[in-house]
Amino acid sequence: MLHDLSIGALADRLAAKEFSSVELARHFLARIERLNPALNAVITVTAQEALADAARADARMAAGERGPLLGIPLIHKDIFCTDGVRTSCGSRMLDNFIAPYDATVVAKLKAAGVVMLGKANMDEFAMGSSNETSYYGPVRNPWDTTKVPGGSSGGSAAASAARLAAFTTGTDTGGSIRQPAALTGITGVKPTYGRVSRYGMVAFASSLDQAGVLAQSAADAAAVLKVMAGFDPKDSTSVDAPVPDYPALLDAPLKGLKIGLLREFFDGLEPRNAKLIRDALAVFTALGAETVEVSLPHLPMSVPTYYVVAPAECSSNLSRFDGVRYGYRCASPKDLTDLYERSRGEGFGAEVKRRIMTGTYVLSAGYFDAYYLKAQRVRRLITDDFRAAFEKVDLLAGPTTPTPAFAIGAKIDDPVTMYLNDIYTIGANLAGLPGVSAPCGFVDGLPVGLQLIGPHFAEARLLGAAHQFQLATDWHTQRPRGYE
Amino acid sequence: MSLTRQDVEKIAHLARLSITDREMPVYVSSLSSIVEFVNELSRVETADVEPMAHPLVGQHQRLRPDAVTDSDHHEKYQRNAPQVQAGLYLVPRVIE
Repeated sequence: MLHDLSIGALADRLAAKEFSSVELARHFLARIERLNPALNAVITVTAQEALADAARADARMAAGERGPLLGIPLIHKDIFCTDGVRTSCGSRMLDNFIAPYDATVVAKLKAAGVVMLGKANMDEFAMGSSNETSYYGPVRNPWDTTKVPGGSSGGSAAASAARLAAFTTGTDTGGSIRQPAALTGITGVKPTYGRVSRYGMVAFASSLDQAGVLAQSAADAAAVLKVMAGFDPKDSTSVDAPVPDYPALLDAPLKGLKIGLLREFFDGLEPRNAKLIRDALAVFTALGAETVEVSLPHLPMSVPTYYVVAPAECSSNLSRFDGVRYGYRCASPKDLTDLYERSRGEGFGAEVKRRIMTGTYVLSAGYFDAYYLKAQRVRRLITDDFRAAFEKVDLLAGPTTPTPAFAIGAKIDDPVTMYLNDIYTIGANLAGLPGVSAPCGFVDGLPVGLQLIGPHFAEARLLGAAHQFQLATDWHTQRPRGYE
Repeated sequence: MSLTRQDVEKIAHLARLSITDREMPVYVSSLSSIVEFVNELSRVETADVEPMAHPLVGQHQRLRPDAVTDSDHHEKYQRNAPQVQAGLYLVPRVIE
């Protein structure tokens, strides 16, 4: 079936005129119509735009143009501004917001000829690990619809896992690409901070946010990342460095590659998850890699560090939502303060308000040094631990999450328990490092993810290692029942 | 360490968030548990550690020439505004 094909195979067959981009778009739109109601992964379907994009791609191909993403259908996380299309960020605050311009990620993919099928559900303002904080309701995991898909890119992950598009985009501030990729059995890539432009991506925590890809395989992700990445003068923290040809570098042999096994990542890990991770590492050693155990002593502090730094940045970023220039405004405000307080109080959901207040508290006079500056100091210690580790090893490996997908409703009333779900992913964000999650097995029928973390700008090495693993295993080709 | 209702009311006002009476007890308890959780940081020795604000070393804030690079889109942008008049954003009367 068309939705089983890799991006490379789709591009080849489009080029060979086995089917048109319009036919491909119709195939995926029909899947969305049939399968999305049970998942709630897609909150805006842009069928008209998709068919127009596809017709344009077909015309470009008819004129002889070829490209790795020309005519390929995708779904964007609803955090990326899409000109003329609602960009809600999963919030009532932006339920009525029609983006007036394209995010750089959207513009770059558009220029490469992708076909946008719609916008994916997400945790409100990307704050959540279960996709239960969305104004549009929870997303369900295609492997078991009583379970969460993870978050915050939960809609993107569920849509990729259910093959509702060839690939989806996401963002990762504390694990929001890797964690849902792990819980839905797909491949997720969070690039180095600054590798992909943040322009037009609704801001949550600006020193941590990074855009990436959720796809069927590392090879597919490599093709997409090559297009998404690169310097953007519109993002002040975008890094001006050439983008490697990721797809061409996938075949680098693993012989001699040194992989560090993160000792801290196995503390408290469910034994059956731990076994799958160790089995995955055995695949790497069979391919010629060498594994050594390494310790990052400050890593256990990454969750409390994150839950000071990220809320602080969020309280500052989300102050722009004031009910004046765009977004939700409360009914009949009696004065300007009432307009601010009720527009924000009614427009934001519970978790977003909780994070804004946490951030406001840690930045307030009398607490700034004890919390915010303290967290920034611990952030440096964690980053230094990673730097020291990468003097000894080429990559770090461990689980992406402590458990497989949990039940909808199981953790939503206990924020600290929910936050601990990101215990293995947050370190990479604090240090700005790239990370990949790739499927490595199942526990009770639910997918488990292997996480690889690399030094800054080592995306090619990470994707190559994940690709070699996927050539030797077939976990990434398994699909949930009912979505074949 | 636990926060009182008065603490949370003050934080909510600083953040310009209206919190209903029904929501308030939930925030008092969940913000207290978050503050208690992040207090773990006080156990880390950080005496000589420089605070880290940016994940990449050696990056500097870029400057660009102060030149016009885009055209005026205010009409398009104001289509998202709750209330505008003659190109201006309307808010409740501020000065009596």
